[in-house]
Formats: sequence, C-alpha cells, structure tokens
Amino acid sequence: MEASKVIHAIYTDDDVLMSAVKKVKAEKHHIEEIYTPFPVHGLDKAMGLAPTRIAITSFMYGCVGLTVAIVMMNFIMIKDWPQDIGGKPSFSYLENMPAFVPIMFELTVFFAAHLMVITFYLRSRMWPFKKAENPDPRTTDDHFLMEVAVHGNESELTSLLKNTGAVEINIVDKEEDAH
Amino acid sequence: MEYKISNRLKMSAIVLIVLGLLGVGYGFMDSHKVNEDNISEYLANEAHHGDHGTADAHVEDAHSDSHAESTSHATEGHEDEAHDGGHEMSHEEHVLHQIHNRPWAALYVAAFFFFMIALGVLAFYAIQYAAQAGWSPVLFRVMEGITAYVLPGAVIVLLIAVASGTIGHYNLFVWMDPDVVEHDKLIQGKSSYLNLTSFIIRGVIFISGYALYRHFSRKFSLAQDKADDNKNFKRNFRISAAFLVFYIYTESMMSWDWIMSVDPHWFSTLFGWYVFASMFVSGITVIAMISIYLKSKGLLEFVNDSHIHDLAKFMFGISIFWTYLWFSQFMLIWYSNIPEEVTYFVTRIEDYKLPFFGMLAMNFIFPLLLLMNSDYKRINWFVIMAGIVILCGHYIDVFNMIMPATVGDRWFIGIPEIGSILLFGGLFLLIVFTALGKAPLLAKGNPFIKESEHFHY
Repeated sequence: MEASKVIHAIYTDDDVLMSAVKKVKAEKHHIEEIYTPFPVHGLDKAMGLAPTRIAITSFMYGCVGLTVAIVMMNFIMIKDWPQDIGGKPSFSYLENMPAFVPIMFELTVFFAAHLMVITFYLRSRMWPFKKAENPDPRTTDDHFLMEVAVHGNESELTSLLKNTGAVEINIVDKEEDAH
Repeated sequence: MEYKISNRLKMSAIVLIVLGLLGVGYGFMDSHKVNEDNISEYLANEAHHGDHGTADAHVEDAHSDSHAESTSHATEGHEDEAHDGGHEMSHEEHVLHQIHNRPWAALYVAAFFFFMIALGVLAFYAIQYAAQAGWSPVLFRVMEGITAYVLPGAVIVLLIAVASGTIGHYNLFVWMDPDVVEHDKLIQGKSSYLNLTSFIIRGVIFISGYALYRHFSRKFSLAQDKADDNKNFKRNFRISAAFLVFYIYTESMMSWDWIMSVDPHWFSTLFGWYVFASMFVSGITVIAMISIYLKSKGLLEFVNDSHIHDLAKFMFGISIFWTYLWFSQFMLIWYSNIPEEVTYFVTRIEDYKLPFFGMLAMNFIFPLLLLMNSDYKRINWFVIMAGIVILCGHYIDVFNMIMPATVGDRWFIGIPEIGSILLFGGLFLLIVFTALGKAPLLAKGNPFIKESEHFHY
C-alpha cells in the first residue's frame, strides 16, 4: 500500500460522483479507487484509467477455442474412428468441414467467454474465499465511495470533497483498518 | 445546414450513366453477334482456343449438368424435345441462350443491387422510428436521401424483369416461357403463382407499399421540422410500425419473385431472410459512407464519431448475421444432399468457385477481422474501405444468385456487367444526392434530436 492514510468520500448519486471525479482530477489528486453499486458509464475515462485489454485476451482465447475444435474434430471424426458424415464417407477433414462449423463456432464462443470471465476475475483480484476489499458495504446498495490518497493535505482535500457534494467524508488509516 | 448537389458530382453521375449506357448497349450488340447461323462456328473456335483435349468434354459436361438438374433450361420437356432434334443442336441452342441472356442478367443484377441498398435503408429507417431510437435522428436526412431511390429503383427492376419476358426472349425467368412450362410438370404445379400477370400484380403491390411509406414518412419528417408539437412524429411512429409488418412479408415474397424464381425448380425457405440480410448490411454501409462523405465536406458536424462507430458496429454485426443465414441455408442443403436442392450449390461451386468463395471472404472474413477492433470503427477512412469491400461482396452475392440460372458457366465480369453497375450507380448517385439537397440535413423537429446530437459512446 502506497498511502497509509486515505479519505473515503461517499456520494449518493452517479452524476454527482462523475462531476466530483472530474474536479478532483482537475486538482491533480490521485484517486486510488472508486466503489460503485453498478457500472457507471464513462467513469474509467474520467478517472484516466488505461483502456481495458480484455478484448485482446478474448480474441486470443477465441482463436484457441477454434483451434481446439478443429484439432478435436479431426481426431475424433477423421483420424481415430473415421466416420460417415451425412452419407459423405470422404474421410477428409476439409470435405466434411461444413458439418464441423457449428462445433467450431460454439467452442470459439465457449473459450472466449469463459476464459475472459476468469481472466477478468483474476485481474480484478477476485477469487473464491477471498476477503472483500470493499471498505463500506453501502457501496453494494446505493452509495458511491471515492478513495483518495492523503499526503499531508487532509484539510484541503476534505474541503474540496465537501464542495463536490460528498455526503460523508471519513479519514481512514489503511494499515490499522485491517478487517 | 443546406446541401446542394455540386455540379461536379452531378456531371460525374451523368458521365457514369452515359458510360454505363454505352457499356450496356455494347453488351446487347455484342451478344447478338452470335446467332443461329454462326453458333457452331463460334463454339468450334472456342474449343480451339481452349487448346486442350478436354475442352469438348468439359463443355459437354457443363451442358448435361445444367440440363439434367439445374437451372435455365433444365426442363424434362426441353430434353425430350432436344432428343428429337439431335443432341448437338440443343447444345448450341442452349449456349446461344446463355450468350443472349448475359446482358439482361448483368443489367438485372446491377439494377437489383442498387434498389436493394435503398430498400435496406428504408427498413433501417423504419426500425429507427418504430424503436424510437435516440441515437440516430441526426442521420435521418441522409437515410431519407438514400430512400429516394426506392421508387425508381424498384420500378426499373420490375420493368427489366417484365421486359425480359415480353420484349426479350425469356432471358431471366424461364417460367415466363410458355414452351418451357408446357413441358415442365414442376413449373406447371407452380403456375398459379408463377405467371406473368400475378408477377406484375404482386410487383406493383410491393412497389406501391414501399413508395407510399417512403412518401409519407418523408412528408411527416419534413412537417415535424416546422411543427411545435409531436403529432407528425407520432404519425411516423405508427406508419413505421405498420410498414415493418408489410415489409417483412413483402420483402420475402419479393425475393422469391424477383430472385429465387430464376431457378423455378429450386426453393429455400429462408431465402427471404438471406436477401434481407444482404440488403440490410449494404444499406447501412451506404448510410455510413454517405455520412462520412458529407462530414468531410463539413456539412454534418452534428454527426460525431460515436454515430459512425454505431454504424460500423451494425456493418460488423449484420455481416456476421448475413454469414449465419448464408451458412444455415448452405449447410442444411449440403448435409441432406437431396439432388433437387443440392444442385443449386453444385453449380455454384463447380462453375462459380471464385465468386462463390470470394464472396464469403469479402462479406465475412474481411469485415470480421477489420471491424472487430473498437478503435477502427471510428476511423473514417477505415470504415469507407471496409464499406467498399462489403458493397463489392454483396454485388457478387446478387451476381451469384442470378447468373448461374441465366448464363450458366459463361459468366464474366466484363463490359456488360461493369456498364450496368456504372449506369445504375450513376443514377443512384444522381437521385440520392439531388434528394439530399432538397431539405435541411438536420431533422431539427425530431423530439429525439437533442439526445442524438449528444450521443456518445
């Protein structure tokens, strides 16, 4: 943890939160994290987060799925136990390819979707039996929480955040805040 | 926000039309150089040029193929007749027909292609109204401009179809030929539907439905600009919903009438959907291309990157939808392998290998890989390049639907085809850009216009 002391500013509206984020960024303060009960459109851009690369992983997983489907069907239907496909006993992968397209499609989607979700969970550091990082359970209901690092500028930050429409401001010592 | 068709654009469109007319004229003249008197000579020359011994066998093959199972003159009766006159004679007659069909088919493919773009846009436009979409109203005037071509385009297609069966020598639809029908049990069974009178009546119903909707939706859209209530918008909403019902039935029937019936023995139950996907993706592509063009002239500054992004998403998505339908049709027929069905694809794979598989690359693999990346959908020149490939691909799609039934293996994309594209392309540009100049480019009275202007993704 870089900052031992952080400010938790709590908001009750996503539009207020958005304008608050823009103000805090304009004042060149570092926002550590924001906890919201639902995805807020455009928040990542306002926070200045790097664009997600999950789509690239998804594409690669899709390619893996496609390859698995091709190799698998070639082994099962052509090599290991050659089968008569719809009255076309050509025993050639290419000539029977149309029959395998649904499988190729499904496995591409299956691999892309499942592995992408797993990647997303891991990248977000979420795995089974992990203690929740969420500092305030109200952010799972109807509150929004912005966590800003404090570097000896407590009072300045507090008044700035008050002005942005925060309904509650807590100063938390992170180390001692162990759950 | 007024736009006026520039003289340069007008001149280029007229030049295209003139060049096209010359090409089409040349196509007809050239095809009639070969006639009953010199066809034997022509075929002998051709066999010489194909300087390998198999040329003859190949011609024979293709001939017996198409005679036995497929397309233009594949009628049991015709074959009987042919046996009387001797085999060679009928082959010559057959080739002669194909040669004479080519300029007609070329004209028809191009006419249908440009009509289909306008009709696809009309359907897209109606969907925007019926769904009360908030993102698209800034594009409404562009769409209305393109749909100006629906009426002339449809009339041209119907006229060519009817002319081929009256002035011409049944060059597109063999079921229009009473001689063929007389000897063909299958067509006889369908003749209560497939006959010239009901073909024309249905065509007129389709066209008047499309043209009426286009007329009134444009009228209400313009009236809404000046109104201070939403009455015209609500009217448009209602007629759009009604039109979509009419459209989804008639589009399907139109595709049977105007395309599928060139192969009167063959049918596919999802053909209407397949043609719909083709016209929808071509239409959306043209909306994107014309919007980008007008933006580059500094005219559509209220159309932002997010609108282009959304159109490109549609181009990507509907391209995949088209592939899905194409493959659904192909795989079932390939798998079941029933002779009267599978012949459709056998002719295409044997005689049309390049356009058949090339079309798949252009309509599926190309847009899939090119437009997959989110950022590329916002780069205007990228969308234009992808759009050009998609449009060429869907031209070839229509080409593959019409040509095998009319010209068999004697296809080529030469002067008649390119001339027809130039002719109708020029006409399309002229009509669309003239219509674009007739109204302000922003539908400012639309109740969703503010939402649309602020649309961002």
